[in-house]
Amino acid sequence: MTPISPSYHRRATMRKALPRALQYLVLSIFTLIVIVPIVILVFGALKTRGEMYSLPYTIPNPPHWENFGKILSQPTFWTMLRNSIVVMLGTTSGVLVICSMAAFVFARLNFRGKNLAFNFLTLGLMFPITVAIMPVFLVIRQMQLTNTHLAVILVQTAFQLSGNIMILHGFFQAIPAELQDASYIDGCTAFGFFWRILLPLARPALSAVGALTMIASWNDLLTPLVLIDVDKLWTLPLGTMQFQGQYGQDLALVAAFVTLSAIPTLIFYLFAERQIVSGLTAGALKG
Amino acid sequence: MEITATRRTMKSGGNGQAPHRATDSFTIVLFLLPAFVLFTLFVVYPILRSVYFSQFNWNGLGPAVKYVGLDNFKRILTDKIFMTAMKNGLLIVVLSLTLQLPLSLALAIMVGRDLPGRVFFRTVFFMPYVLSEVITGIIWLGLFNAAPERGFINALLVLVGIQPQTFLGNIHQVLACIFAVLTWKYFGLHMLLFMAGLQGIPKELEEAARIDGANGWQVITHVTIPLLASTIRTSVYLSVVGALTQFNLVWIMTRGGPVNASEVMATYMYRYGFVRLWLGYGSAVALVMLVICLIFSIVYLRLVRQPDYLGSY
Repeated sequence: MTPISPSYHRRATMRKALPRALQYLVLSIFTLIVIVPIVILVFGALKTRGEMYSLPYTIPNPPHWENFGKILSQPTFWTMLRNSIVVMLGTTSGVLVICSMAAFVFARLNFRGKNLAFNFLTLGLMFPITVAIMPVFLVIRQMQLTNTHLAVILVQTAFQLSGNIMILHGFFQAIPAELQDASYIDGCTAFGFFWRILLPLARPALSAVGALTMIASWNDLLTPLVLIDVDKLWTLPLGTMQFQGQYGQDLALVAAFVTLSAIPTLIFYLFAERQIVSGLTAGALKG
Repeated sequence: MEITATRRTMKSGGNGQAPHRATDSFTIVLFLLPAFVLFTLFVVYPILRSVYFSQFNWNGLGPAVKYVGLDNFKRILTDKIFMTAMKNGLLIVVLSLTLQLPLSLALAIMVGRDLPGRVFFRTVFFMPYVLSEVITGIIWLGLFNAAPERGFINALLVLVGIQPQTFLGNIHQVLACIFAVLTWKYFGLHMLLFMAGLQGIPKELEEAARIDGANGWQVITHVTIPLLASTIRTSVYLSVVGALTQFNLVWIMTRGGPVNASEVMATYMYRYGFVRLWLGYGSAVALVMLVICLIFSIVYLRLVRQPDYLGSY
């Protein structure tokens, strides 16, 4: 629409050719910096212990799958995987249900003290769980909930509330008021509007929040580290850290373990990238 | 038209807010209850409780009985190791703001809105963010290994004729190494935020500035960056709070060592609170961290307009 002369475009194209090559050069260097560490890890996982010393950085030739076999044939890895899945599903469903209900009330209904309540629930934005993990541990111990997955789920959920209520609040507010008015005229209750109209419309937002919560829970080290010391209940991050401490000398085996615990995350990332990106940016851009 | 008008008058003044009804009160209470219970029980109550525990000398066996008043706080604030931890935290904050964020911003501008392959670069650069800090830490523990036949970075140094370095075992290098890993893991997040921010800036504004004779650098500094201000504010906030409360990577790679050279506040708290089980002292350290975070948050949010999203990172 803006009237720009064709000669401007031609000059711009020429002026852009050289910088463009430079752009790709810089971006390629950073691509290597990101990729190479991961590639070295996977290469290491496919080597024998001896090859790790003699040829540590080469392409494994032939690849040795024994390390993976050794880990997957033991119950340890599978137990940790199951524990991580249990905690992740618990936290994610808790966050989705609790945050969407609260965000709905804040975005769509009126009551006295609403701002106060909202500010209270979003206080958690001002500090991450690290600064509160010590007191949280004491309270969980007092409730005699240490060494349970329930404790990890409850604590993770509680610390995910503020951010996700904020994100969903923004999404829910963007749904046109006319829909709500119309549903009321048709005899819907507030709950009916929430359940039949708002939630289905907010599916992209819910999947964004869900994907972010899944990653946060899956990767969380501190909560299980502090609340769980029975190795049967360890989640993958905690178990991976302990495995590294125990088998640190067998670099190839550690590499295989780390690779295996990275695979679920990477697969999930490739499938849910859009949701993750939209969740993170939705929040950041409204500032 | 008429129906619209009636509906408008039905509303109690809010934009899009429903009129208050009896059944709504029930929904409001029922829907807010779980969030309030969880948040109070597992976030607010523990913190308030720690104010009490922080005044005891308590090793966790039996109830806290040895009241020491503010002694724990006095001791923390005069402990040299805690001071090192604070100094290290601040150093990471400064480095993040002066190196990591500008780098992310430069890369985001470089990828821009329409560079062919931008989605590929975004996918790659954001990948470390989704890997757990445990995985990241173990990967880099290997790369920084002091022996060239085990640590890739030393192998590269030897290749170009430089002496291998001890990196994580060297009190002068360890913090720089940790900062490098933090940057590796988090520059993609900030870049992603900046890229999304760029999408929100109309291209015409930059083109208009070009036509008016601004060169590329001037366009970036006078048009692009000012328009990205709100994204930059969010990024700064996430960086600062993240750096001040960093635990996982440091704990996995160095446990705060060698000789406390990479100690940060969170590893200090973990060491005293959980490893030595000085629960009263640990609670006091946690409170000091909390207060530092709150002071920063409040001052920062007062100074700049409140960003909408400061959540999990």
